[in-house]
Amino acid sequence: MHKPPESPQTLSIWRRLTNHTATGFAVVAAVLVIVPLLAIFVDLVMKGASSFNLAFLTQTPKPPGEVGGGMANAIVGTGLILAVASVLGLPLGIGCGIYLAEYGRGRSGDLIRFTADVLNGIPSIVIGMAVYGLIVLRQKHFSAFSGGVALGIMMIPTIARATEEMLLMVPNVVREAALGLGIPKWRTALSITLRTASAGVITGCMLAFARVAGETAPLLFTAFGNQFWNLKLNQPTAALSLQVYTYGLSPYDDWHKQAWTGALILIVMIVGAVAAVRIVTSRGKLKGAS
Amino acid sequence: MPESPNPANSPGSVEPAQKPLTAIPTLAQTATERKTVAVSSALERIRRTHPRSSRIPDKTFALLILLTGLSVFAIVVFVAWELVDKSKLSLHQFGFSFFWGRDWDPVNDQYGALPFIYGTLVSSFLALLIAVPLSIGVAVFITEMCPIRLRPIISFLVELLAAIPSVIYGLWGVFALAPLLREYVEPFLAKTLGWTGFFSGPMYGIGMLAAGIIMSIMVIPIISSITREVLTAVPQSQREAVLALGATRWEMIRMGVLRNARIGIVGGIILGLGRALGETMAVTMVIGNRAEISRSLFAPGYTMASVIANEFTEATGDLYLSALVEIGLALFLVTLIVNALARLLVWTITRGQTGRASA
Repeated sequence: MHKPPESPQTLSIWRRLTNHTATGFAVVAAVLVIVPLLAIFVDLVMKGASSFNLAFLTQTPKPPGEVGGGMANAIVGTGLILAVASVLGLPLGIGCGIYLAEYGRGRSGDLIRFTADVLNGIPSIVIGMAVYGLIVLRQKHFSAFSGGVALGIMMIPTIARATEEMLLMVPNVVREAALGLGIPKWRTALSITLRTASAGVITGCMLAFARVAGETAPLLFTAFGNQFWNLKLNQPTAALSLQVYTYGLSPYDDWHKQAWTGALILIVMIVGAVAAVRIVTSRGKLKGAS
Repeated sequence: MPESPNPANSPGSVEPAQKPLTAIPTLAQTATERKTVAVSSALERIRRTHPRSSRIPDKTFALLILLTGLSVFAIVVFVAWELVDKSKLSLHQFGFSFFWGRDWDPVNDQYGALPFIYGTLVSSFLALLIAVPLSIGVAVFITEMCPIRLRPIISFLVELLAAIPSVIYGLWGVFALAPLLREYVEPFLAKTLGWTGFFSGPMYGIGMLAAGIIMSIMVIPIISSITREVLTAVPQSQREAVLALGATRWEMIRMGVLRNARIGIVGGIILGLGRALGETMAVTMVIGNRAEISRSLFAPGYTMASVIANEFTEATGDLYLSALVEIGLALFLVTLIVNALARLLVWTITRGQTGRASA
């Protein structure tokens, strides 16, 4: 009855030790995860900035051995491919998101939601292969169009799930109010619900965009790459990511430097997009709605 | 007061309390039913008074939206069909022996995928071995330990890792990580752990170890973001309850948080595995691309995704191409199963939680 409670001091030596070890491990883990990130960025800036100049942005690649030249055609090519990807991916992705949020309540919605997740997980190179079979084999040549289709397919699930998530955050009262005013459902979905959620939907689109902007694997056998200017959709096209890949694995020192510069431009584009999205979403989004 | 052990009393005492409980919902139900009947009949009247043409846009829109939804399904089916169709030749020629043949010899039209399967499995496993403890550590740090002001910064940095394109990881792996491994890490590993056989042989820097490390960096944001999601879904009262029992912070995390979240974490790990299996560019650049099975992690290897990346455009001959597509098909099926499994796990978890929260 009168047994004194164990003193916290003697009891907790082991427990305190494990507690501190666990805390220490978590801190070390956080540091270990962030160090490579910083290392990559420092390397990119150090090695990439040195050969960054106006020629890099305005000239096409020089033949190996000749110093100089740039990746202007690859930057434009990336833009071309991404434009095709957006034309395909944005409407399909947003439409799919609207279906999931506004119409897909039952089994079919679950099935499509699940399929979108599965599509998200398919390796990009496998999508590249399938698009190669669909378009490149039929056209008999590589093209910017096929590259855009491959990237567009990869955008769809990301955009769809983001759109769905954002639409579901719009309170039902808004829909009921619109329907109560006699607005047809399609108008409600497009002009009321989607409009209310637009900031979030744009965020999702930008993230999907950023995700595919750096994709290389599906472009290997669709856009293929090109050392010269090309603005035609049905011709092989250079892309920044492809150029970084081929230059990075080439045996020429000058090309290595250019690969770093290309990578720097690519990452500035992507991180810029992601950061812009972050700033916009932290300001507004649907804070009042939920 | 001693508890009454009389069983005859208890049902009698419960029943009157239950009656009003069951009665209220039925009343409410009939009320809402009456209301919905009224509303729908009003809607019906509006519809009848409105011209039929105003319903057509609604129908077409619903159809269009359904079609975009189905397009996702169609794409997945199409990808599968395309892969099966293009790999028929190789499927017929080699059958299942394709997957344990060790020879990859395009010159003699002899194809076996075992070295690639081995490379994919070993590099992914290595990546998970490094990534899992680190990502759980980071997630726990962010959700449970980190000062609240630092939280968004660290989670942003971890998210940023996911935004870096694969090819940039590859570039960094070739020019920064590989020399580091060659000069410092691999000699050290060979000296201390060389007796295991996993760390022996010539040190190129480029090889299975480099691929595993690069891939682990790429997988960390996936696992840690899902883990974070599951950890924040654990109700705060769980933590408070365990702390109130006198637990230290680690005991609280172990018993109150991680134990509740473990299925979701497993789901996140499997999702990370799915990403690792299909990872192409970074691995292709650092793994060394040699179709050999070697015990040492220093040795160069080859993965399923990277053999496709390297040889698909150069494949001459139908059988060669078909064999590559069959590797793609295998990759597709494996990632499909892995992702489906992960999604199901994460789904059951989050569903259970929303159910509990709303109840």
